[in-house]
Amino acid sequence: MSTQNYEPNMVLSTTEFDVIGTRPVRHDGADKVTGRALYGADIELAGLIHGAILRSPHAHARIKSIDTSKAEAHPAVKAVVTSADLPDAGDEIIDLGEGATPLKYLRGNVLASGKVLYKGHAIAAVAANSLHDAQEALKLIKIEYEVLPPTLTAPDAMRDGAPILHEGLKTTELGKPTDKVSNVASHFQHVKGDIAAGFAEADLVIEREFNTATVHQGYIEPHNTTVLWNNDGRVQVWCSSQGAFAIRDTTAAILEVPVSQVKVTPMEIGGGFGGKIPVYLEPVAAVLSKKSGHPVKIVMSRADEFEATGPTPGSCIRVKIGVKNDGKMVAAQAWMAYEAGAYPGAMIVPGSMCVFAAYDIENIVIDGFDVVVNKPSTAAYRAPGATNAAFATESIVDEIAEKLGIDPLDLRLRNAATKGTRRADGPKYPRIGCVELLEAMKNHPHYNAPLEGPNRGRGVAIGFWFNAGLPSSCSMSVNADGTVMLIEGSPDIGGTRTSIAMQAAEVLGIAAEDVRPTVADTDSVGFTAVTGGSRVTFATGIAAIKAARDLRDQMIQRVARIWDVKSEDVEFEKGVFMSSNGTKNSISFKDLAKQLTSTGGPIVGRAAINPPGVGGSFSGNIADVEVDPETGKVTILRFTAFQDAGKAIHPSYVEGQMQGGSVQGIGWALNEEYFMNPEGKMMNSSLLDYRMPTSLDLPMIDTVIIEVPNPGHPYGVRGVGEANIVPPPAALANAIYHAVGVRMDRLPMNPVAVMEAIWKKEGVPA
Amino acid sequence: MPTVFIPGSMRELSAGQAEIEVRGSTVREIISELDRSHPGIKDWLVEDNRLKPNISVAVDGVVSPVGLLQDVAEDSEVHFVAAIAGGRS
Amino acid sequence: MPRKVQVQTKINGEDVEFLCEPRQSLLEALRDIVGLTGAKEGCNDGNCGACTVLFDGRIVTSCLVLAVEAEGKQITTIEGVAMGNELHPIQQCFLEGAALQCGICTPGIIVAAKALLDQDTNPSEEKIRLWLANNLCRCTGYDKIVRSVQAAAGRMQEAR
Repeated sequence: MSTQNYEPNMVLSTTEFDVIGTRPVRHDGADKVTGRALYGADIELAGLIHGAILRSPHAHARIKSIDTSKAEAHPAVKAVVTSADLPDAGDEIIDLGEGATPLKYLRGNVLASGKVLYKGHAIAAVAANSLHDAQEALKLIKIEYEVLPPTLTAPDAMRDGAPILHEGLKTTELGKPTDKVSNVASHFQHVKGDIAAGFAEADLVIEREFNTATVHQGYIEPHNTTVLWNNDGRVQVWCSSQGAFAIRDTTAAILEVPVSQVKVTPMEIGGGFGGKIPVYLEPVAAVLSKKSGHPVKIVMSRADEFEATGPTPGSCIRVKIGVKNDGKMVAAQAWMAYEAGAYPGAMIVPGSMCVFAAYDIENIVIDGFDVVVNKPSTAAYRAPGATNAAFATESIVDEIAEKLGIDPLDLRLRNAATKGTRRADGPKYPRIGCVELLEAMKNHPHYNAPLEGPNRGRGVAIGFWFNAGLPSSCSMSVNADGTVMLIEGSPDIGGTRTSIAMQAAEVLGIAAEDVRPTVADTDSVGFTAVTGGSRVTFATGIAAIKAARDLRDQMIQRVARIWDVKSEDVEFEKGVFMSSNGTKNSISFKDLAKQLTSTGGPIVGRAAINPPGVGGSFSGNIADVEVDPETGKVTILRFTAFQDAGKAIHPSYVEGQMQGGSVQGIGWALNEEYFMNPEGKMMNSSLLDYRMPTSLDLPMIDTVIIEVPNPGHPYGVRGVGEANIVPPPAALANAIYHAVGVRMDRLPMNPVAVMEAIWKKEGVPA
Repeated sequence: MPTVFIPGSMRELSAGQAEIEVRGSTVREIISELDRSHPGIKDWLVEDNRLKPNISVAVDGVVSPVGLLQDVAEDSEVHFVAAIAGGRS
Repeated sequence: MPRKVQVQTKINGEDVEFLCEPRQSLLEALRDIVGLTGAKEGCNDGNCGACTVLFDGRIVTSCLVLAVEAEGKQITTIEGVAMGNELHPIQQCFLEGAALQCGICTPGIIVAAKALLDQDTNPSEEKIRLWLANNLCRCTGYDKIVRSVQAAAGRMQEAR
């Protein structure tokens, strides 16, 4: 590939289709560029009043008393609620598709009872005519606390004598319950081969410890909900969330009402990245609505977003890798402690599955710890757990490459996972694209472009995310003009309604514009799991494909009747039905659609699935940086993101996912962190001081889409939303090393951290 | 015969064995067979006639959406894994 | 409760009159009183740009402008960017260039981009990035946004 005639945003396509792989304008486009699209906070209802939530000022405290009488007496206040207004949770377990969670944890996070476990923990709520009145009324609620010492990092929370968050939480040790009350909710282990023998035969062993700070998903639209507890007992919810059914089921469980009594209408959503899956506001707004008789809208402030939603775990990770002199990795070990926040459930399990996932290593031991700390209860953030893990592994792999004198991509190729490689957590890989990814990186003009000048360096890293399947439903009907209405239940965070419509259009041989997708509410479409896990284009796509095939098959039966032939003698290709028994009948999809009413009635196709055959996705970065040796500021000169998409349905939106995930990873790497004071209060809970990348911080993010088709999807789709956030911090850490010779072991690598590393290397006293 | 991979947390119940060949054409049959030779394994995995909520089963590398009902072929590999669907974008 | 103030202003070329409390921001007035919900609240302290409108042609974060300050001024919101039934070249280029994913930042960015292209018909990439630096986008990484503004500049030049 010549550097001169180089076009950015390459798609290394392996199969061509008619609709798939093209770039139609998204179906919801006009509404989104004119301000007409309705997001959760935009909804208006007759009689709407506004809710505000009182939150704990302390990171850890017992609630001794709550006095709401003055707030209730305020003339503009219509209702006041506390956790006493929610039914007791008992021991029920709820499964949102993220794994099972005790309902009492979800309920406790919605409104605290007994203890508050983080600054920002919700305790009470008020609904009033205006938001200003509600906020004023909050000040009238009197709460007495017994302040307790907080614990704020995993290592601190794990030591004997650390303040205990939950008196009833006993460590599950290697799968078995124990009697030990501690902040370690669980310790598990993955074992493969013989680790001692592995390290014994290694020529070089490198072991390092890495620490990463808490970071937030940073979606621009705050959490919002509007709930009406109607006179007929039905609870109607309008909200921005990643899964209407998840909101419905969790809200119903917390309120102890049947799921059929709750209807959730997903509004357009302004970003989620995992953070808009949990329930925070709906049960509170529901009981406020029940008490007041009005619909209640609650919108989170930005400070509350930081302090009281679900950031991703901070972590402490030790990785040890042993290699032979020829670069073959023979042993790998990881000790990973992830902060769960106030309630157990840190994403340590996926982190442990991804830490060595890119490599074929005989001997592995991984110890994972799920640790509670006095911070907001963590939620998923785009490939949760994997970015932390890759920061550790990929930094060490870079160090190994340098010490052995092997090219960093060649070292990875020598050890790359392929079909049949067994991961430490057990399963063997089906067809995956790790090797193809590395080869694309090696052959790219960026990798071979000269990088001259002082304090400049190039770094590479790769990462993996396994992606999800989960249930989706879809129904489809044909209009007389040959267009098709498609009803699905996956909230559209990034253009998926169009990629789903494109897959249906491909089956039916019609244009993408002729399939009209709607994201429907929980009354109108079959159960559909959350928009997350990079599952929508894969799973809801398969649902649309099956519904389209159902539609096509019924139309074949119909046209067979019209032509008086057998269905088996009708063929369908590229939108045209043809008889194949010698007679020369043929009719287009559009023309057949005109005749449906007069030949038997409307045709509706449907599908409801829980698909196997999920394909994981590998991603990689090449990053060029310049480090200012006097300020520690890192400037990104050039950044290329690579990812295996299996098949890019709409390449522009796949590129968009790669660019967006890369930039979130860049922010995570260089600036973002929860800056906590010793009392456990976040000091930078605003978008000024929680520093996310702006347009001025970045160059263009070049992308290369690799396509190693996933055999589990009719068109080869692999989810792409997440794997792209995994490598950037490691790629930048490696680039910083090659620029100024310091190995970073902490995120974020902000100017202070970089300077401290430079000073330490130069022997300058701190 | 299908092979069942015993995760570290269950090795006590399998007398330390990491891989066991077990007869069965569905996951349900395999667990029953396993329990016959290694009592206690079924209680570890199953509750109310389904896999426990925190446990999934992967057959030939693919996490099964139907748990005990999943078909298993002659040369299949069966893994019991923690039930995490993973993260979100 | 303080007495409400009557404000007379021009929004997207139309005369508009409303009553508001002195403490309400222009963002609140637009969304909750006038009914123009295109401008969004992302932070309420001027740091995300989702509430961007033009105030006598100047880019402002409407969450930091009091509603009463709109008296006698010309306000342009996202709802005023399209030319009747026809999308503005910026809007068209954003769609063709896939410059939006969740779309929440899009109204603010389009308004800011319009202000830029109204006064510089051929801005450099760096100038585009500078003018958009107060509009946070968490989904796109800004690449396709910048390219779409460049494309819109080109299309607007051709039209002249």
